[in-house]
Amino acid sequence: MSLLERVIHPDQTKLWYGEIPIQSRYTVGIAGERFFREIKENGRFWGTRCPSCDLIYVPPRLYCERCFAHLEEWVEVPTTGRVHTFTVVHLDLDGNLLPEPQVLAFVQLDGTDGGLVHYLGEVDPDEVCIGMCVEAVFKDAGERRGSITDILYFRPI
Amino acid sequence: MGRNRVAIVGAGMTKFVRRAQETGKEQAWEAASKALESCEMTLDDIDAVVIGSAPEAFDGLHMKTEYLSDGCGGWGKPVIRGFVGGGTGVFSAIQGWYHIASGLFDTVLVVAEEKMSSCQPHPQGAFITIFDHTTERPLGPNLLWIFALEMNAYMTRYGLSKRDIALVSVKNKRNAADHPAALLGDPHITVEDVLNSEVLAWPVQRLDVSPVTDGAVAIVMAAEHVARRVTSKPVWVEGVGWNLDTAYWTNRDLSYPTYVEEAARMAYKMAGITEPRKQIHIAEPYDPFDYKELHHLEGLLLFDEGKAAEATALGITQRDGDLPVCPSGGLLGVGNPIAAAALMKVAELFWQLRGEAGARQVPGQPKRGVAQAWGDLMQVSTVIVLGV
Amino acid sequence: MKEHVYDTVYLSEEDFTEGRVLFETWVPKARYAWDAGIAIGRYLAELKQGRLVGRHCPSCGRVMIPPRMFCEQCFAPTDLWVPLQDTGTVITFSICYIRWDMVRLEHPLIPAVIAIDGASPGMGILHLLGEVDPQVVRIGMRVRAVWKPPEEREGAITDIRYFKPLE
Repeated sequence: MSLLERVIHPDQTKLWYGEIPIQSRYTVGIAGERFFREIKENGRFWGTRCPSCDLIYVPPRLYCERCFAHLEEWVEVPTTGRVHTFTVVHLDLDGNLLPEPQVLAFVQLDGTDGGLVHYLGEVDPDEVCIGMCVEAVFKDAGERRGSITDILYFRPI
Repeated sequence: MGRNRVAIVGAGMTKFVRRAQETGKEQAWEAASKALESCEMTLDDIDAVVIGSAPEAFDGLHMKTEYLSDGCGGWGKPVIRGFVGGGTGVFSAIQGWYHIASGLFDTVLVVAEEKMSSCQPHPQGAFITIFDHTTERPLGPNLLWIFALEMNAYMTRYGLSKRDIALVSVKNKRNAADHPAALLGDPHITVEDVLNSEVLAWPVQRLDVSPVTDGAVAIVMAAEHVARRVTSKPVWVEGVGWNLDTAYWTNRDLSYPTYVEEAARMAYKMAGITEPRKQIHIAEPYDPFDYKELHHLEGLLLFDEGKAAEATALGITQRDGDLPVCPSGGLLGVGNPIAAAALMKVAELFWQLRGEAGARQVPGQPKRGVAQAWGDLMQVSTVIVLGV
Repeated sequence: MKEHVYDTVYLSEEDFTEGRVLFETWVPKARYAWDAGIAIGRYLAELKQGRLVGRHCPSCGRVMIPPRMFCEQCFAPTDLWVPLQDTGTVITFSICYIRWDMVRLEHPLIPAVIAIDGASPGMGILHLLGEVDPQVVRIGMRVRAVWKPPEEREGAITDIRYFKPLE
């Protein structure tokens, strides 16, 4: 058999199945710890401000990616924002049809230079539009664990 | 071939720890900002960024370069990531070198990062993928096999004992006691401690192995005209080399790393080194396992084949010996966040050659050093020669 | 140089288990179906028949195992399938007491690189040794494959259970 010879009987080709047995455990990090604790404990968003670049990062960062300064100025930011862009998702990760379409959006938070990717809820997918004003809806305080899923979704104001 | 002269002008690092709270990009920023601070430069002064990081699976991030880039100072800049397994840390410095030697850039920030603690239940889950998925992994291997098999071949070929090799672990963990970033420095460790540690995969025991580590290291590299402006003590890159052997590792002679020799010869030729044993004053070979230091010293042509253990027993490789080896404490002592560990070796030469290594300073004002890393399927070696 | 070291925040395992630090976990769906390919496909088919085979390079003359469709040294196609013996010589070995996830094994495994008879010198494969006291294994030991019975073979490297000493 040469390199150029073709497989004539595809049923004879051999597949070898395997997995890469890893799980990941991600710390939320130094800046993330404070961000997610505020969500968990107070249902609030905080960002970090870079005074020299005049930027407010949400989610907050430990450093400014532009000037590399250590960011130590923490500011509370609104839980409201505007839909910067969105998509309506009909399929799950394996390609199966979802029972209800999900609206996924990037929400630019008011008064900041950042925002969050999250679901939109309490809204007809056909009525979502770019520029729509939305607010975060949190889980009940007792159910929050310091995670992005402590926010149920954003809904129109 | 016309090449611009390149120097290292700054270095910084994080502490090496078993589990960092920092995210990978926060670790990268900590090291990178320390490196910039050390030479009083800012991100504005940097033309391009090189990122060194080992397999994605450790951090649990696909497209790790993109994720890490802002922490590495890559915002709005040309960014590249090189990857040659465990050889990555030294290779990232080589990439920084050719970015500048080629004339393309004047300044490069090189950042190596690893967050192995993210990988659960153990980074071995990612390491085992180095074995062929069809012909080897069904046998149930772990990473230690490959080291144990190589170590046994090396010991048997040259008639070395476990005790001969344990001396390396003792030396490096003791050296690391003087390193402010070290995870496993121990000034009191003895050969008996190593020989009595848990047998994992004979001949490999617990204290023959470097630890799973989180950490980041960064260096700033600059073209000659910038380097002379930035610092009065530039450390020049005199030679670089790298080489890969076949991926069919079971077909190779495991007792001698020919590819290390090839990489070293490439670097020595560039550096004009004809007698490495006289012209190199300090060495930081890759030591993820104690026997690897010996293996690599021989591949680097610093000792005859099978003779590095004897030199270690005679104290030649101690910090105050004729050829100090791993004065940093190496991977065995400082820790082994894969890519960052090897860039730590480059940073160590930078500090040693500038006389800034503090309690670890090698006496006699060393003028030239070699750092080397190793990895992939036991097949790659990366070598850099630095001098003042 | 202490001023050049950033004081990283280090955690203990208990910081996670006792909820002192926030974290997320993720289990990737990293399941793969790798094509065995031409050379290894045939290698596996031959294993199912209880045979080891290699490939010959017409340029350097090496007979190689594991088989490959090109010689990585000559960078030329290999040309012949060569039947090999199921005997060989231990090039190196280890006695391994832990599993891949660092859990201790009750009975140690003895992985070895075994140079296969009929292939060029030094051409080894990774496998296990069995039916042997770990204390008497040595480099240079002659060994033979112990095959699964034909009906249990599935075209895999594990169709050989292990290699055992010839004597």
